Amino acid sequence: MKLSEAFKRRPLLIAYICAGDPSPESTPEIVELLARAGADVVELGLPHSDPIADGPVIQAAAQRAIEAGMNTNVYFEMASRIRADLPLVFMGYYNMIYQRGLDKFAGDCANSGITGLIVPDLPPEEAGPLREACEKAEVDLIYLVAPNTPAERIPIIAESSSGFLYLVARAGVTGTRSEVLLSTKALIERVKADLPKAVGFGISTPEQAAEVIRAGADAAIVGSACVDLISKGDLEGLENLIRGMKLAIREVKPIEAVARI
Amino acid sequence: MKITTTSNTRFGRYGGQFVPETLMQPLKELAEAYAHLKEDPQFMRELSGLLADYAGRPTPLYHARSLSRELSRKVYLKREDLVHGGAHKLNNVLGQGLVAKEMGKTRLIAETGAGQHGVAAAMVGANLGLETEVYMGEVDIERQKMNVYRMELLGAKVIPVKSGSRTLKDSINEALRDWAASYENTHYLMGTVAGAHPYPLMVRELQSVIGTEAREQILAAEGRLPDSVVACVGGGSNAMGIFSGFLADETKLIAVEAGGRGTSSDEKIADHGACLNLGEEGVLHGAMTKILQDPYGQILESYSVAAGLDYPGVGPELAHLAEIGRVTPAIADDETALEGFRRLSILEGIIPALESSHAVGYALRNPDALGDLAIINLSGRGDKDLTTVMEQERRRRR
Ligand SMILES: Cc1ncc(COP(=O)(O)O)c(C=O)c1O
Repeated sequence: MKLSEAFKRRPLLIAYICAGDPSPESTPEIVELLARAGADVVELGLPHSDPIADGPVIQAAAQRAIEAGMNTNVYFEMASRIRADLPLVFMGYYNMIYQRGLDKFAGDCANSGITGLIVPDLPPEEAGPLREACEKAEVDLIYLVAPNTPAERIPIIAESSSGFLYLVARAGVTGTRSEVLLSTKALIERVKADLPKAVGFGISTPEQAAEVIRAGADAAIVGSACVDLISKGDLEGLENLIRGMKLAIREVKPIEAVARI
Repeated sequence: MKITTTSNTRFGRYGGQFVPETLMQPLKELAEAYAHLKEDPQFMRELSGLLADYAGRPTPLYHARSLSRELSRKVYLKREDLVHGGAHKLNNVLGQGLVAKEMGKTRLIAETGAGQHGVAAAMVGANLGLETEVYMGEVDIERQKMNVYRMELLGAKVIPVKSGSRTLKDSINEALRDWAASYENTHYLMGTVAGAHPYPLMVRELQSVIGTEAREQILAAEGRLPDSVVACVGGGSNAMGIFSGFLADETKLIAVEAGGRGTSSDEKIADHGACLNLGEEGVLHGAMTKILQDPYGQILESYSVAAGLDYPGVGPELAHLAEIGRVTPAIADDETALEGFRRLSILEGIIPALESSHAVGYALRNPDALGDLAIINLSGRGDKDLTTVMEQERRRRR
């Protein structure tokens, strides 16, 4: 499924997991569980040795996954085995893409059912070549906007992005947080874009997810909270979390077919 | 020779800003503040004052007579070992410390491997009255207890890094993560010419005092330019510092990288730190450069007996200069460096840092590469390395 298709039924819940944690075999099942519990999109993280945008929870997961045998080849094989009917999005660092070759990487995404890429260490200034490769392969390249992104930069990022726009809820790295910051709400208001806005970094509870949707986001992204539960082997907890989040965001806005897009 | 820059964040194909969006604004503010301050006469006067009276500049260019005799050519040493703190690191740190202060920052963060840059950062933090926190890998803390204590004496806080390989590269990751959340009151004081723009440019310019002095000094002493300048390369700050004085000349610029215990790599660890010689193009810490990595793009750990050369990346400007042939990459392994360490001590009564010993050792084993007149950049003194060398000797006797 394409992202544009998925975003016709907002608000969405997007779940991030680290592919290959705890083992490469476990990931397809976890994705299917997420889909069953109500996730609308799954971000499949490719673990990197040096994840500079990630906090301790995802760093540790990446390290475990690499030790369990995760690499880019295994990643694409695994992705093509996932049978859930939802868009899969790649999330990972640029060097991993660069080493495989930009065209090959984008093509492998398209061939294994991945419809978009999020590359947290690739600002639009450096993304020209990958953007070209993604256009050729017909996959989306999703950019990030941060709370400290200046006003004049937002339109530049919004225009380069496709699929959706990733709003980083807080300065710093991924991880869980106890509250949704005022700056997050301000950011949602500040960003004027035709693309759907998905808010991530620090969202770990149904209340927080509901809050960002109430503030005008089209999707809530939950990452570290999922990864944390997976690391504890608590798949039941994971299923409950996703169910709870989905319920909470639906209460904010009933599902409606959105005409714009 | 012309240095081409395709855009102002790049050196040819290398450099750039491969960083999370949260770091784009801090980098932009830093680049603008630095570009403005380096044109400000009062700022530059203050920096020159500190370089003279606190750091002890200019450092001598010393004609090493015994070494020259041994190599049958004239060899000078640029004495960065005489800079306060015992290494060239302070040149950069003083400049960035003043920039931080002018930007209204109250806190410095730095990464350190062996602790040399951390100690320099701690000195400047103390001197300028800035709170200083230094990220250091748990493995390195264990290896470099004395420097940890030095930093603490100077009032800095050492934060153990427990992630990844728990060495220098992970300390840089951790400092970048901190900075993304703290930049409003915090300056990230990077220790070498690596990382995202403006760091490679700024650190090279702050270290260029080495090359500017050396060029004047050799002209005064010899009435001509040297045939070669030799420097060791970790990230490349002492090398770019001295090379920058001779880039427009014909002088051969030799960049000596750590050969470690060999040129092979296993799955996670390379046996060396030789990125210009053996690395491949890739992105590390925000820059496109030459790095040590596996076929999938995971960064390898590097290895060298000299902790300051133990880094799996290299400054992007050096990658560019090597590619266009202006800089000649070379390798000295652990054994060559240890020979340099001992020979310079005996010949000249100077104990060099193990990092600098790579440049000395290379010269000892490859005299013909130097031409008739050479300068070796003696980037630091060896006091910090005595336990390492003693251990190496003990191991060899066994
Ligand atoms: C004495 C000395 N020389 C050289 C280096 C290597 O750094 P660079 O390549 O940036 O000069 C270090 C790093 O700690 C050092 O302490």
